[in-house]
Amino acid sequence: MDIVVLLKQVPSTESMVRVADDGLTIKTDDVKWVMNPYDEFAVEEALRIKDAQGGTVTILSVGGDKVVEAIRTGLAMGADKGVLINDPAALATDSMGIATVLAAALKEMNCDLIIAGQRAVDDDNYLVGTAVAEKLSLPNISMVVKAEITDGKIKCRRTIEGGTLVLEAPLPALFTTQRGLNEPRYASLPGIMKAKKKPLETKTLADIGLSADDLGNAKTKIIALQPPPERSGGRMIEGDDAAAKAAALVQALREEAKAI
Amino acid sequence: MSQGVLAIAEQIDGVFRKVTFEAISEGKRLAESLGGPLTVVVMGAGIEAAAGELAVYGPDKIIVADDAALADYLTDAYTNVVADVVAQQSPAAIVLGASSIGKDLAARLAARLDAPVAMDCTALRVDNGAIVATRPVYGGKLLAEVALNGTPQIVAIRPNAMAISETTGAGVVEKVAVNVGDVKLTFVEKALETGKIELTEADVIVSGGRGMGGSDYTVVEELAAALNAAVGASRSAVDEGWRPHADQVGQTGKTVAPNLYIACGISGAIQHLAGMSSSKTIVAINKDEDAPIFAKADYGIVGDLFEIIPQITAEVKKLKG
Repeated sequence: MDIVVLLKQVPSTESMVRVADDGLTIKTDDVKWVMNPYDEFAVEEALRIKDAQGGTVTILSVGGDKVVEAIRTGLAMGADKGVLINDPAALATDSMGIATVLAAALKEMNCDLIIAGQRAVDDDNYLVGTAVAEKLSLPNISMVVKAEITDGKIKCRRTIEGGTLVLEAPLPALFTTQRGLNEPRYASLPGIMKAKKKPLETKTLADIGLSADDLGNAKTKIIALQPPPERSGGRMIEGDDAAAKAAALVQALREEAKAI
Repeated sequence: MSQGVLAIAEQIDGVFRKVTFEAISEGKRLAESLGGPLTVVVMGAGIEAAAGELAVYGPDKIIVADDAALADYLTDAYTNVVADVVAQQSPAAIVLGASSIGKDLAARLAARLDAPVAMDCTALRVDNGAIVATRPVYGGKLLAEVALNGTPQIVAIRPNAMAISETTGAGVVEKVAVNVGDVKLTFVEKALETGKIELTEADVIVSGGRGMGGSDYTVVEELAAALNAAVGASRSAVDEGWRPHADQVGQTGKTVAPNLYIACGISGAIQHLAGMSSSKTIVAINKDEDAPIFAKADYGIVGDLFEIIPQITAEVKKLKG
């Protein structure tokens, strides 16, 4: 089973994100960059499948030089090799453009299974995995909490609002991860040492048979980025005891906020 | 030439998601701005009668794709059917609910049609005949305005963000021949929790965090029941195994914006605040008066949640008589 994990490097969720002076991007000086949390589930699941069935796990990402760190983290967890598409044209496109790049890279990789995070926790687009599957004419299953592979088929339980669906697809296929799929391992010290020697290839668009023209003009463009409106100051509910505070709160919710 | 708006309905076992009503209502508003008719497409099996219910939101036409193969959501079958409808109708815009299923369908459809897509939109406006979508990014820490360029412009709208409006429209129901096309996915089974209020659609949410001290959420559940609210949890409560993953509110869980959010024993980590701070009214109950959650709350109570919450529940019950 040859598995490719699609990975994105994102600001850690502990990071404060602040809008840069251009009003369109974020300030990156004090951002801590990490592997997208949903991609950690993807790497972990790929490693578990490899442990059970043999094969290889390859990490594939699109991004600039610093993304090497996130790929190395995946290698330190146990993946076999990494591929980074690092090209100015790929960095300037939107999520659908990234899906085009990933699909072109995957065409040459001939894998049996692709695993991606359901979304990246920076742009929250919920787009790339599913779009890659469409571009490769592969079946996809999103937000998976359980995956079983037998006889060239994958059976997945996916979440929907208020429940789950179980779906089956022939391989090759793509699925995206949901919280609950597994508990991602931490990279061990020997794993980190080994990762330094694992192959990590950097490619340009030309290397995967694409040109900047293939990406064209991005169909979506961020034209403004700002923090949500500040919440106006609230007030503390005082009272002699729990009952008095509760009564004052419920009265305020009913009469002032009209929330109940 | 592309014209009008196509709204995609979402149903399970003949019951529409609330966000479907929001999507059709928003579709009506978009159609008024962009010009052209509003068409709704409903996919499923045995759903013709239910489809008629959607007329109250003012569509000009309701297209019903009724086929046993569409009984349950399959990404490829549903994408194929919507792509056929798009080919016939050539809408300028497509609007659907940003549910788990809606986002999957929107992504696959956008890739199929080589069309722009904006997910989880909380507001839409039309600027020079093109849609500009407002959508939260970084789990709600920032809001982006995204300009869509190309057709059809696909927008998946966040549940609970847009108003449902009843209005009049021709509402002609038209059953169409269905060709599900090349389908690789097979439906195996589904498990639905009945009676549980979905967090992203809830009008009121009562959430418990580390301050709950364990998996006994009785006080929170009783208040939620009195308010007809959904129960949520912070990441630390989920990580402790006290609550299921589906209950997690925050940047790596669900982003919610109910009318009323009551945070019980939640200190207010930045990831949690990002996921709930666009709620209309926020109440925080915490024994630590310095907890960051109080900075986001409209009403705060410092104290022991196990003493205070049952009193609130009693007051609510008294009020609702």
